[in-house]
Amino acid sequence: MTDDMKFGLPGKLSLHVPEPEVRPGGKPDFSNVTIPKAGSVRRPEVDVDPETIRDLAFSIIRVLNREGEAVGPWAGTLTNEELMEGLKHMMLLRTFDSRMLMAQRQGKTSFYMQHLGEEAVSCAFRRALLPGDMNFPTYRQAGLLIAGGYPMVEMMNQIYSNDADPLKGRQLPIMYSAKDYGFFTISGNLATQYVQAVGWAMASAIKNDTKIAAGWIGDGSTAESDFHSALVFASTYRAPVILNVVNNQWAISTFQGVARGGSGTFAARGLGYGLPSLRVDGNDYLAVHAVAKWAAERARRNIGPTLIEYVTYRVGAHSTSDDPSAYRPKEESEAWPLGDPVIRLKNHLIRVGAWSEERHKQMEAEIRDTVVAAQKEAERHGTLHSGGRPSMRDMFEGVYAEMPPHLKRQRQQAGV
Amino acid sequence: MPIDILMPALSPTMEEGTLSKWLKQEGDKVTSGDVIAEIETDKATMEVEAVDEGVIGKLLVPAGTENVKVNTKIAVLLAEGESADSIGSSAPSAPKADADTPAATSDAAGGKARQSAEEPTAASDSKVPAQPKLDVASDPDIPAGTEMVTMTVREALRDAMAEEMRRDEDVFVMGEEVAEYQGAYKITQGLLQEFGPRRVVDTPITEHGFAGVGVGAAMAGLKPIVEFMTFNFAMQAIDHIINSAAKTLYMSGGQMGAPIVFRGPNGAAARVAAQHSQDYAAWYSQIPGLKVVMPYTAADAKGLLKAAIRDPNPVIFLENEILYGHSFEVPKLDDFVLPIGKARIHKTGNDVTIVSWGIGMTYSVKAIAELEKEGIDVELIDLRTIRPMDLPTVIESVKKTGRLVTVEEGYPQSSVGTEIATRVMQQAFDYLDAPILTIAGKDVPMPYAANLEKLALPNVGEVVQAVKTVCYK
Repeated sequence: MTDDMKFGLPGKLSLHVPEPEVRPGGKPDFSNVTIPKAGSVRRPEVDVDPETIRDLAFSIIRVLNREGEAVGPWAGTLTNEELMEGLKHMMLLRTFDSRMLMAQRQGKTSFYMQHLGEEAVSCAFRRALLPGDMNFPTYRQAGLLIAGGYPMVEMMNQIYSNDADPLKGRQLPIMYSAKDYGFFTISGNLATQYVQAVGWAMASAIKNDTKIAAGWIGDGSTAESDFHSALVFASTYRAPVILNVVNNQWAISTFQGVARGGSGTFAARGLGYGLPSLRVDGNDYLAVHAVAKWAAERARRNIGPTLIEYVTYRVGAHSTSDDPSAYRPKEESEAWPLGDPVIRLKNHLIRVGAWSEERHKQMEAEIRDTVVAAQKEAERHGTLHSGGRPSMRDMFEGVYAEMPPHLKRQRQQAGV
Repeated sequence: MPIDILMPALSPTMEEGTLSKWLKQEGDKVTSGDVIAEIETDKATMEVEAVDEGVIGKLLVPAGTENVKVNTKIAVLLAEGESADSIGSSAPSAPKADADTPAATSDAAGGKARQSAEEPTAASDSKVPAQPKLDVASDPDIPAGTEMVTMTVREALRDAMAEEMRRDEDVFVMGEEVAEYQGAYKITQGLLQEFGPRRVVDTPITEHGFAGVGVGAAMAGLKPIVEFMTFNFAMQAIDHIINSAAKTLYMSGGQMGAPIVFRGPNGAAARVAAQHSQDYAAWYSQIPGLKVVMPYTAADAKGLLKAAIRDPNPVIFLENEILYGHSFEVPKLDDFVLPIGKARIHKTGNDVTIVSWGIGMTYSVKAIAELEKEGIDVELIDLRTIRPMDLPTVIESVKKTGRLVTVEEGYPQSSVGTEIATRVMQQAFDYLDAPILTIAGKDVPMPYAANLEKLALPNVGEVVQAVKTVCYK
């Protein structure tokens, strides 16, 4: 199969297999990622006719410019105090990740997945929701919990699968579940949550409730049937749902082009379904919040669903079982043109005079102490290799709403 | 006190790895979090980080050492003020390459299965209809003097695919992470390099999609091997597997069928919880039109996967993540193919029959060793294929022993074991001296925590107890 056969005359066919721009050993190249100037993309009214904003699926909404200024029509959705809190959330998540990654290396848990480089997406989005709204997340949106005020110790207890694990030792580390914090049980089988989010939103509309739902999916899993079914139902019934696609460029070793195919962008997938489809700089905390707020207002006013593609980059490995140096250049993350979300928000706050390097250093130290204290508390309840274990008796609970006699017998036979 | 640095386990199933590089030398100071070494497993390359502070006193395992067992001492860390002299003379235990090989594999490597093709005459009850003679080939004879090679199940599966892809241009493999990443569990290692991206295809993440594409390609005359990262993810593909792959030959009046292999890890591994631990043997075994293979040894994995690729029917090939790293003897032959639908007598015995397959065999092998000490002589049958099921071999054995225990990891209701029990009861009732016992997992979704996972799975003690029960001991 050669390239010159691709557009040959009718005759022998050949199969096209997409390839990323560069592999290990090569020079990272993002020249194909067109980055519009911050502030250059218009902000339509929320009840806009989706047909008139099709171009927004091919651009990138950005608020923070290179100088750290917030510019354009999407700026101004958060106060400086709110932004400082946002910075804290992202730093908490990053520190939490690095401690838990280390805990995995030390054998305190079997598995971990970090958010490095993608902190803004879930942390900023959470600020656009209200109590009672429900997220149907993937494994890379723990910022929804951190920014939602969920206790970090509970997250660690779950990761360590100890005797205080809120999920009683039943679920994989980081697959949290927190109904009261608007966080649906994470599914290990990709994409199932996406169409469930639409169903949850439709139920809210059927009940004439006021709550909205948010579905989450990665670039790779948009290939799943569930993604397409979700778009059909959201479009047909105008469900009050925000359909988020986090495009972090890599699905384990598979680059985003394999799932995207010839559609140009993931946001463009929404156009065929008649959905307003926006593309946003996922490393820009202000832009993420502004777009999320726009979509949330559409859902809350019963106008309908919105598809949002967050353009970001997975700086770390897919999980602790992955080694990215096998499939992408080690320097690729440094070449990523949208920068680091924490540094960008920090620079903005310094630029507007609300923050300083000293205060940042001080907060870093405070956050480290907070996370270490939480870790110590969680470890008092045990880790994977030592200390308290989930109750053996509990293993037979929760299979059914009420324990059937045969399970009672099995439990008795097991002697627990 | 000097602190021992041990070979870390980077995943719950890792048993050994290669210490590829030291990044710190003797005398170097390290603090918690410093990368001190690189190790390679069959899955990935990883960095080892120091947990404690100190000075590297001694490197016990030289860089480049292969097969270093998890928890082997690899270095000694000295606290401030300690000298290298305080290190005891405890040398690292030499890595044992074949420690994984189970003791009882004398008959494992494609050894001749029971030759008896005699059909089971169900007692002398004339009301039971006579059964047609079964026409299943026996295992091929291994020529005397054939060299046996020790290899893992993982390598055996890879070799089977590579050999069939060399032999037949129509064979290709596709799935998530099979090409560039060399397989999520490294089963397709090296295939992309040898056969290129046209025949080793990374797919988008849609089991429903690529199972359907595979069925379509099979109907167009190719012979796809579809790898599921795990069979747990194949539930969304099950419509294509059952409604299309299994039934089209029948529905089209024999005009078109799907010669396709669906393969991947099945059942529980370790610490992967409810959605990644299910055993699908009983599910697929229910479906006419499918063949269902579930090997235990490397030789069976190789010989049966080659047979599955050549089979004109859709074959479900159920592997197991824990077994991937187990080593067995495999005959070094140019073309080693085993018959689908034939059980293998793993060990002959007279007192009681155990029937098992796949990972279930690991419990059974350990149990029969314990039972032997107590004077109970078990005949252990590795079923190898769940559908078609080699019941004649089981019946023959039960006629001899009069007692039967089945062992599997799946759920207890409507299990493969209950199917065997029903059929043995119908066809060999008069030979039974005790009720048949079926060992299976508990009736709960698989929990994550190690203690709960252990409780949810069968164990060797349960198998031993069941055998004693049917022997009234």
